[in-house]
Amino acid sequence: MSDDQVTFTVDDVELSAPKGSMLIQATDKAGIHIPRFCYHDKLSVAANCRMCLVDVEKAPKPMPACATPIMEGMVVHTKSAKAVEAQKSVMEFLLINHPLDCPICDQGGECELQDLSVAYGGDKSQYTDIKRVVFDKDIGPLIQTELTRCIQCTRCVRFGEEIAGMRELGMTDRGDRAVIGTFIAKSVDSEMSGNVIDICPVGALTAKPSRFTGRAWEMQQHAAVSPHDSVGSNLYIHTLDGKVNRVVPRANESINEVWISDRDRFSYQGLYSDDRATRPMIKLKGEWVETDWNTALQYAIDGLQLVIKENSVNELACWISPNATLEEHYLTQKLIRGLGSNNIDHRLRQTDFTDQSFAPVMPWIGKDIESIERLEAILLVGSHVRKEQPLIAHRFRKAFRHHQVKISAVNPRKFKWRFKTSHELISSAEGMVENLAGIAKAVGADQANVSALISAASVDEGHKAIAEELTTAGEAATIFMGNIAAQHPQFSVLRALSHAIAKQTGATLAYLPEAANTAGAWLAGSVPHRFAGGSKANSTGANISEMLASPKKALITFNIEPEFDVANPAQAMDAMDAADFKIVINNYATEAMKEYADVILPLSAFSETSGTYVNAEGFWQSFKGAVSPLGESRPGWKIIRVLANLMKVDGFDYMSSEDVRNEVKEQCRELQLDNSISVDAPIANISKTDGLQRVGDVSLYSVDSLVRRSTPLQLTKDADHNHAAINSTLAAKLKLEDGDRVSITQSGHCELTDIRIDNALADDCVWLPAAEELSVQMGTTYSPIELEKA
Amino acid sequence: MTDEQILSAHTLEEIAEWESRYPPEHKKSALLAALNAAQHQNKGFLTVALMDAVAEKLELSKIEVYEVASFYSMYELNPVGRNNIAVCTNVCCMLMGSDTIVDHLEKKLGIKMGESTEDGRIYLKVEEECLAACAGGPMMQVNHKYYTELTPEKVDEIIDGLD
Repeated sequence: MSDDQVTFTVDDVELSAPKGSMLIQATDKAGIHIPRFCYHDKLSVAANCRMCLVDVEKAPKPMPACATPIMEGMVVHTKSAKAVEAQKSVMEFLLINHPLDCPICDQGGECELQDLSVAYGGDKSQYTDIKRVVFDKDIGPLIQTELTRCIQCTRCVRFGEEIAGMRELGMTDRGDRAVIGTFIAKSVDSEMSGNVIDICPVGALTAKPSRFTGRAWEMQQHAAVSPHDSVGSNLYIHTLDGKVNRVVPRANESINEVWISDRDRFSYQGLYSDDRATRPMIKLKGEWVETDWNTALQYAIDGLQLVIKENSVNELACWISPNATLEEHYLTQKLIRGLGSNNIDHRLRQTDFTDQSFAPVMPWIGKDIESIERLEAILLVGSHVRKEQPLIAHRFRKAFRHHQVKISAVNPRKFKWRFKTSHELISSAEGMVENLAGIAKAVGADQANVSALISAASVDEGHKAIAEELTTAGEAATIFMGNIAAQHPQFSVLRALSHAIAKQTGATLAYLPEAANTAGAWLAGSVPHRFAGGSKANSTGANISEMLASPKKALITFNIEPEFDVANPAQAMDAMDAADFKIVINNYATEAMKEYADVILPLSAFSETSGTYVNAEGFWQSFKGAVSPLGESRPGWKIIRVLANLMKVDGFDYMSSEDVRNEVKEQCRELQLDNSISVDAPIANISKTDGLQRVGDVSLYSVDSLVRRSTPLQLTKDADHNHAAINSTLAAKLKLEDGDRVSITQSGHCELTDIRIDNALADDCVWLPAAEELSVQMGTTYSPIELEKA
Repeated sequence: MTDEQILSAHTLEEIAEWESRYPPEHKKSALLAALNAAQHQNKGFLTVALMDAVAEKLELSKIEVYEVASFYSMYELNPVGRNNIAVCTNVCCMLMGSDTIVDHLEKKLGIKMGESTEDGRIYLKVEEECLAACAGGPMMQVNHKYYTELTPEKVDEIIDGLD
C-alpha cells in the first residue's frame, strides 16, 4: 500500500482510499450507501443536513460521513443501532417543518427526501406545533420556488458560488427563520441556473416550464445530445404521451460532467410552437396548399430540374444549418454533388473565406475538453465563450478556481466573465487584428503571410503582458478562436496571427466550433471546396458569401431561417428573391418562408430523428429519436434519401442512419486532425471603417430556430436585446444619454431603438447583435453603421 | 449611483481602515465592520442601497452581504429610531428584574418592544440577549454602551439624556 492510501473498515469490509478523502467519497466508490442531502460530489462540503451520520468506533458521538476524513485503521458502522438511530433522528428533525403532502408536490416520485423518509422516517412525529411557512419567490421564468419544502441543505447556494460563479441565491436570516432566496426581488440569471433544479434534493426548486405536467414514473427516458453548442452535452429527454416533456442532464465526466446549460435544458419548449411544420406544403399559383409527401416531393423535383435545365446545374445551391446531423450534412452534400453542383455551405455566419482551402479538416479544440482544466494560460480571440459554449467556460472557471489560470482576451467587448481575466484588449474589428499583431510581435513571432502586419504592429503594455503569459505557460497555453472570430471580416488574418503566436510560444491553436455540429459539417463535406473526409472537391463551388453576392437560381435551405441565421440578412433575403425556385426543408413553416419558398418539407426535430453530432473535441456522439416525428414531418436523412432516389442519383440505398454514419466514418478513417495552417495561406485585406462600426455577437438564446421559439428562454434577461449600446465617449460625441431613442441605419434599413451606455465597448463601436428583431433586415456585423438621435 | 455617492467619506474611510487589517484577497473579513459603519451613517438602520454599496466596495456579491446583514441581530434592515435600546431579558437579567425594566420602558415611551417612538428618537429592540453582562443584571445596551444594575430611575435618567 502506498503512503497516500489509508486502510479502514466500513461495515466489516476492508477498504482503502486516498489519504484526506472524506468517508462518504470512499463509501460511495465502494458501493456502500450512506443517506445524504447536503453532500454533492461536485460541491464543497457543508455538513449541515446531518443525514449522513455514521457510527465511528472510538468516536464519542456519530460523525457526518461527508466531513469526516478517513484515518488509518478507522472502523465505521453505517448500519449499527447507533448509526441508524442518529439517521432516524435527523430525518425526524428534517420532517418537522417539511410538508407531508408529496402527492401535490412536483418533485414527488423523484425526491431524495421522499425516498429517504421511506427508509428512515418514522410513522409519526413527536412534533405537534404548527409547521413554518415560507413564502415563494419569483426568481425568473425557469425555476419555480416552493420554499416551504426547503430543508436548507444549501446545495443551490454552493452551486451558485462554486459552479455557476454567480452568487445569486443565499440563505438569509437565521435559525428557524433561515430562508433560501435572493433577499430582494430578483431573477436568477446564470446561464447554467437550471442545474439547481437537479441538485435540489426536495421540491423547493423545480422546473417551471414542466411543472405539474407529469410524474417521473410516467415518463420515458431517452439518451440524447445537445443540438445547440459544440460541447455536445449529454442529455436525457423525458417523454410523456409521445411528446418531449422535459430535458435533464446525462452525466458524462469528460464532456458536461453532471451539468447542462439552460439553453440545453429549456430549448425543447420551442419544439411544439404553433409554426411547427407538420405537413408538406406547396405553393400553387401563389396559394399555399397542404399536400401529401409524394406530391410535394414530385413538385420539388420538377421545380429543381426545370431550373437546372433552363440554366445550368451551377445554379443549384444549398444552405444548410450547422446544427444538422452528420448524416443530414453528408447526404445533402452527396445529393447536391450527385446532381453536379458544389454550391453547398454550412458556414452561414462566416464572411471571410480567403484561406478556406488551407483550413483544417475540421475546427476543433485540439485536445479533450477535460484537459482545459489543466491549462495555465488562455487567450480568447473573438470569443464570448461564457454564452457561446457555457460548459467550456465552466472548465475555464474550474481551471481558474484551481490554479488561477491566466485568461486574456482580444474581443470587441469586455464581456462579463465568471472568472478573472488578466488582460482584455477591447476594440473594433480591425483593432482586434492590430492587437493580435501586437501580441505576435511581442512574442517575437514571424510568419510569411503576416510578417508585414507583425512588423508594422505597435506593441503596448497589454500586448507584452499577454505575450509574457503565453510564453511562460508554453505548451500549457491555448489560444481559443471563438464564434466572433469565425464571424470576423478578417477571420483569415486572425487565424494566421493566432497560428503565428501559437507556433512561437508552443501554445495550442484551438477553435471553439460555432454550432452543435460545425465539426461534423466539415467532416461530412458540407463545404463547397471539400468532399467528406476533407479531400479536395473536383471543383470549388460557391461559398455562402458568393452565393449571397451572386444569387443562384435554385436553392435548397436546410433548417435555417436566413434572416436570422445568415451573416448578412439583407443580402440573404435579396438572394431568396432572386432565386426562381426554393425548397425549404425545415422544422418550422414561418410567414417569411411562405413569402419566399415554393415547397416546404416538414423536418423532424432533434428529438425525433436518429443521427450523429461531432463535438468540439472531435467526439462522435450518435443518438436515436426519442419520440416519433411530429405530424407528417420526417427525419432529414430520409427526406434527402428519397429526394435522391426520385432524382435517380446513385448511392442512396441506405437502410438506416447508421449506414450513413458508417460511410462517413470510413471516409474519415485516415484523418489526422491538425489545427495548424500553412504559413503561405492567403489572408484577407484589412479595411478601415470610417465612422461608426457595428459590433456584436449572437445571443445565446437567438442562435437557432429552436431556442428562438422557447418562450421561457425568451423571457430571461439574456434574451433582452431590444436596444443598442455605445460607450460614453461616443455618447458624449453624439450628445446621447442612456435610454435615449436613436435611429440605426445599415444596408438601407432603419430601426428605432433605445441606446444604452456601456463602457465595455470600444470607441466608435455600436453594439447590435445579429439574429435579433432589430437586425434581421440589416447587413453584417462588423461593418459600417449609422446612428443618430431619433 | 456608485458606492462613493451612497457611502459617506467617513464611512469609506472607516471601511478602508478595516480592510487594511486583512489580506487583500480576504476583503470579506471587513464586512461586519463595514456594515456597522454604513448603519451608523444612516442613523441606525441599513437599506438595500447601502448594502449594495458595501458589496461593491468589498467586491462581494450582493447576496453575501444580505446574508450577513440578515443573520446578525445587530443590523437593522427596517427603519428604526436613531437610539437603539436593547434590554437583556435572558435568564440572569430576568431573575434580577428585567421585566420591570421592560415594563417601565414600554410605559414611559408608549411603545412595545420591537417598535420605535413616533419622533424617531428611540427604538426598543426585541430580545437582544445574552449580552454577557450577567454579573450586572438587569442591564441594557444603549447604542454602543452598556448600562448595568438598572432601576426605573436610572433608566429615566439614561433615556432623558439621549438626543
